[in-house]
Amino acid sequence: MTDTAAGTVHDRHGGLLRRISDTLFRHPHLLLTLLIAPPLLWLGIVYLGSLLALLAQSFFSIDEFSGMVKREFTLSTYAELLNLANVDVILRSLVMAVAVTLAAALIAFPIAYYAARYARGRWKAFFYLAVMLPLWSSYLVRVYAWKLILAKEGIITWLADKLYITWALDAILALPVIGGPSLSISYIGTFLVFLYVWLPYMILPTQAALERVPANLLEASADLGAVPRQTFWTVIFPLALPGLIAGSIFTFSLTLGDYIIPQIVGTSTYFLGQAVYTLQGTAGNIPLAAAFTVVPIVIMGIYLSIAKRMGAFDAL
Amino acid sequence: MRSERGHRAPRALSLAAIAGLLFLHVPLLLIFLYAFTTEEKSYQFPPPGLTLKWFGAAWERQDIWNALWLSVKVASIATAIALVLGTCAAAAVSRARFFGHDYISLLFILPIALPGIITGIALRSAFNIMDFDFSFWTIVLGHATFCIVVVYNNALARFRRTAGSLIEASMDLGADGFQTFRYVVLPNIGSALLAGGMLAFALSFDEVIVTTFTAGQQSTLPIWMLTELIRPRQRPVTNVVAIFVIAVTFIPILFAYYLTRDGEHVAGGGK
Amino acid sequence: MTSAVSFQHVSRHFGPVRAVDDVVLDIAPGEFFAMLGPSGSGKTTCLRLVAGFEQPTSGHIEIFGETAEGLPPYRRNVNTVFQDYALFPHMNILDNVAYGLMVKGMPRRTRETKARDALDLVELKGFEARRPSQLSGGQRQRVALARALVNEPKVLLLDEPLGALDLKLREQMQVELKTLQRNLGITFVFVTHDQSEALSMADRVAIFNNGKIVQVGAPKDIYERPRTRFVADFVGSSNVLPPDFTQRTGGPGKWVSLRPEKITIAAGGMKPGSHAVEATVTSVHYQGAVTRVNTEAAGQAIAVSAPSSFGAVNIGDIVTLQWPADAFHAMEDEA
Ligand SMILES: Nc1ncnc2c1ncn2[C@@H]1O[C@H](COP(=O)(O)OP(=O)(O)OP(=O)(O)O)[C@@H](O)[C@H]1O
Ligand SMILES: [Mg+2]
Repeated sequence: MTDTAAGTVHDRHGGLLRRISDTLFRHPHLLLTLLIAPPLLWLGIVYLGSLLALLAQSFFSIDEFSGMVKREFTLSTYAELLNLANVDVILRSLVMAVAVTLAAALIAFPIAYYAARYARGRWKAFFYLAVMLPLWSSYLVRVYAWKLILAKEGIITWLADKLYITWALDAILALPVIGGPSLSISYIGTFLVFLYVWLPYMILPTQAALERVPANLLEASADLGAVPRQTFWTVIFPLALPGLIAGSIFTFSLTLGDYIIPQIVGTSTYFLGQAVYTLQGTAGNIPLAAAFTVVPIVIMGIYLSIAKRMGAFDAL
Repeated sequence: MRSERGHRAPRALSLAAIAGLLFLHVPLLLIFLYAFTTEEKSYQFPPPGLTLKWFGAAWERQDIWNALWLSVKVASIATAIALVLGTCAAAAVSRARFFGHDYISLLFILPIALPGIITGIALRSAFNIMDFDFSFWTIVLGHATFCIVVVYNNALARFRRTAGSLIEASMDLGADGFQTFRYVVLPNIGSALLAGGMLAFALSFDEVIVTTFTAGQQSTLPIWMLTELIRPRQRPVTNVVAIFVIAVTFIPILFAYYLTRDGEHVAGGGK
Repeated sequence: MTSAVSFQHVSRHFGPVRAVDDVVLDIAPGEFFAMLGPSGSGKTTCLRLVAGFEQPTSGHIEIFGETAEGLPPYRRNVNTVFQDYALFPHMNILDNVAYGLMVKGMPRRTRETKARDALDLVELKGFEARRPSQLSGGQRQRVALARALVNEPKVLLLDEPLGALDLKLREQMQVELKTLQRNLGITFVFVTHDQSEALSMADRVAIFNNGKIVQVGAPKDIYERPRTRFVADFVGSSNVLPPDFTQRTGGPGKWVSLRPEKITIAAGGMKPGSHAVEATVTSVHYQGAVTRVNTEAAGQAIAVSAPSSFGAVNIGDIVTLQWPADAFHAMEDEA
């Protein structure tokens, strides 16, 4: 038996680090505080602080003559937000976000379902990487790719020509509202690019949620006499829902805030992101820009609280 | 086992899955094709001819090199900050279920759950209010903010899987808190941190929206590309850079996947 | 003489749960001490108090006469064999065993020699380079043991170390552990669910219930003279008989325990005399050397453990149960 110090059973010496470690051990809350404080301060001050400062500016207004920000409380900026042109921008963005989210869910589900249920081993890795690669490869590159596809002299036109269905393409472009001179200058084009760019964000959480559905649950359902369709709607879909919702947080939010895609592929009408971008930049109207950002923040706030209640955060 | 051998997917499902994957990948292939086109003014398809000269042209462009170097610097430092802060947060949250534990997760998710333009404009106006000059560091600040969550998610998942009894065993055997961290905790969460770090790097390397607001005159690689897209000089050079960006981001993703694939997913992060 | 471990009115509460409740206990140096009790009775919490992972809510703990409160685990000369072994998955077996010596700053050569010796002691020579995941349950258990022993602790805490092993391995390890303890002279505090394990290995046993120690004593004492009905019930499967029953059969008129193996069984009805009852056989379980016969006498179930050679009885037979006059062990009343 080695007594570490004369006359004592326990080890009572050690350097500074040991003594710090002793203190932290005796005061676990101190350790916890030391760990959580830096990230909390960073996000709480740098991020939330900026966000709140921005929101505060939505209660200021722009002086009509000087173009300077008047630092006095007013609701006039919000009144301005509600004028017809601005509401138009908001509604257009919302419709686009909803459409993109629904379409993404529709396309994502089969991929996620296949990857979660049927893909094994190598195939599973393949599916996973096949989704991850577009997700992480440059956003701009992907937007750009669609410019190549949708441009008037681009692939779709060429393909339609070769297949002798130029008439169909023309018919689509002739549609009111969503059509346009070419696909790259129409809402259809904008929609396709949004859909393409945000799709992986829908697939991954949906797949993760589906992976968590235990196989024996499906067997149990089949055992109890449920036909596949019933199993799907009563068992699989409800369990996949948190994943779909988690995914929709991204597709919805990203669509609402993006200003680059509609700028590169789309008509000259504004979406919310573009409006904010122009207002804070060339127009220099920070108060109105801030008021605009309140819209997605409120929508996402509601969305996140619903998602939280439905347990979608675990699927993120 | 989830499905027996011979238990095949319904045909309609397979077709839908394959169609979906094609939708995701065909456009990327086109980027490759157009890097070799001889036509530099328009997006003509099929390309009138193929050439390798754009690779050489890209190599010669000093502005690309500058942008690349800036991007690498920003991504490295933002990743380092995210690694430290994200790991601290994950360690704290996994150790104790304290009050407001859910709200902390929410706070970390917020920078990627809210549109990037909001993060960007909020930071920009805050910098303006405080009379910060836009610089390299303002870009890093913005990037680190949304990179934290990627590291946090990866580290938290691993902390939760690492049995708490390992830490107790280490202390029982005479290791103090620091020794336990060095010899037991770090080796066990190391690969998750590496994965989280790589994803954070890829995220920062590709970020454009927040950067637009937090950069002064500098341009990172994505900003350079954005400028080129709007006011092109040599279109195919943009494609060459695009291919390079895909390659640079793909490698860390592949690594991250293999580092974390046993049983857990690389937590998806966003812009 | 100072105790190896001394609990002086120690309590540990988790909110409303009294995991350990006013425990007074002295464990002698070199003793093999077992803690036995139902799930949730506070055994693990007691060990964690000694190891330093928990701090007492009230009371005082001494280890070899020195105050333990506030001393972090890494400063205590006490080691633990965890129930799930908690081997470090990222280290090979040799590094696992040498870990305690490494963090103390012992040079590589010396610590590896010592670790090899420890592995030798638990008969795991040749496994040095493997990872924990490449070992069987019994082998892991021995690595955990070697990893603790190599530090030459004053007290070794073992939390259900044999819980995950199959019966054969378990019995083998029981013998090995006991031998090891005797040879090394280290104080062992051993937690188990398994009463036969506790009785066969320990010098003394403490019976836990609801965070309290109900009885401490040598295994024979506990088995033959349970202090309360709970102990009689929990240790072995004694017949616990109520006062009115014992009164009618010449007993003390208190709750008593009556060991099944003290009862003899005879075919046919009741002969007159005390210390005997007439009973009906309700089931018969052949168990090799002994046969367990469950009977019912005047509404009271009584189990009998008889040598299998005593002759056949069948369900429904009327039999006479008899026991020596001193077979009743009277117990204290419990709240
Ligand atoms: N950290 C804790 N927080 C809250 N309650 C706890 C905690 N640790 C133990 N308890 C409670 O204290 C009581 C005693 O637990 P303990 O683990 O000591 O029992 P045990 O005798 O070891 O049981 P088992 O045989 O099942 O291992 C239980 O009711 C348990 O739920
Ligand atoms: Mg226990």
